[in-house]
Amino acid sequence: MYQTKYHRASSVDEAVSLFAKGSEAKFLAGGQTLLPVMKQRLASPSDVIDLGKIKELQGVELSGDTLTIKAATTYYDIMTNADVKKAIPAIAHLTSVLGDPAVRYRGTIGGSIANNDPAADFPAALLALGATVKTNKRSIAAQDFFQGLFSTALEDGEIITAVSFPVPAKAGYEKMRHPASRFALTGVFVAQTKSGEVRVAATGASQSGVMRVPAIEAALKANWSPSAIDSVSISANGLLADIHGTAEYRANLVKVMAQRAVAAAS
Amino acid sequence: MSTVKLTVNGKAVAVDVEDRTLLVQLLRDHLNLTGTHVGCDTSQCGACVVHMDGRAVKSCTMLAGQADGASITTIEGIAKGDELHPMQAAFRDNHGLQCGYCTPGMIMSAIDIVQRHGGQLDEATVRSELEGNICRCTGYHNIVKAVLDAAGRMKVSQAAE
Repeated sequence: MYQTKYHRASSVDEAVSLFAKGSEAKFLAGGQTLLPVMKQRLASPSDVIDLGKIKELQGVELSGDTLTIKAATTYYDIMTNADVKKAIPAIAHLTSVLGDPAVRYRGTIGGSIANNDPAADFPAALLALGATVKTNKRSIAAQDFFQGLFSTALEDGEIITAVSFPVPAKAGYEKMRHPASRFALTGVFVAQTKSGEVRVAATGASQSGVMRVPAIEAALKANWSPSAIDSVSISANGLLADIHGTAEYRANLVKVMAQRAVAAAS
Repeated sequence: MSTVKLTVNGKAVAVDVEDRTLLVQLLRDHLNLTGTHVGCDTSQCGACVVHMDGRAVKSCTMLAGQADGASITTIEGIAKGDELHPMQAAFRDNHGLQCGYCTPGMIMSAIDIVQRHGGQLDEATVRSELEGNICRCTGYHNIVKAVLDAAGRMKVSQAAE
């Protein structure tokens, strides 16, 4: 790791001003993504601003039909939260299959979406559930937030403060995990809103990061059941291919994971 | 350079380190607590697991500064004098190790698993919860046996306290 300067912020305002003072600063939350990248010397921030101890960024609130998860809440705290389990059990399930126990104690929802790794789990949940990303400056709809591989609508120095999810009628998430890294080879989040709209998002599949799957959405809108997806065909064009799986394999995984997610949805 | 103040195995320490220092480097290189190992250095293998404020974390994927003010327990801090921690004793009795490189991390993760699940542990749970700890020798069988054995012993020793 290259030299850097570590700062612990005690409030969002302090974090913003520390960021502005650094020449090439980066925000750090759980560090489960940024630190590995820094260790590989793929990132060399002049300053890292730790958001992990900021109290206003911690916790979960359920208010009516909106579940709000503050940005620095860890996967473990999301997974074990009673409101999350009650309102959107698919999110509790998603966090339970994300990383491993030690990673879940450190990693945060804000870190997961700020990085927009093409194989991260949370982007699929945000896109399928039609979530809103709250920052220190504005609110951004999930569909506008994710802008391709490792790219988001966040501006320099902008801090994610929370994510708000509308509570769906039904939702489910299933993924094929890489056995060593536990990242999603492909994961699919399916959601049916209370107004009957269906949204399906896949992670780990597309070369441009998390994506909606309109063909599966249409099939599920007509008939919410795993068998409705049998006849859907997913193109391998634009899908990721690497030593772990071909684009055709991932195209098939999108279907199979969607079917499993519908079967598991509650 | 920054001074990181933390409690390690019950003892308050203050260590001057470069800001880029990882928690595992602070423990091994500055405090000479070399029981905590570095295996993969990519947060996959779990050889570096320690407890921070009671939670099992990968010390190779944390800056030392992030642990400022925290209480850290390493493999060196779990025995009571000459009396092994029940998890250590169970690993010995069940031959839950061969080369031993992964063992400190295994034991620290396993204690966390037992603490979280209490008496609800079964083999499938232990296997799935140990997913972040990799062993290249044992085939895991005796590790799982040891964790299940220790879960019973830890319950008994808690009841006795």
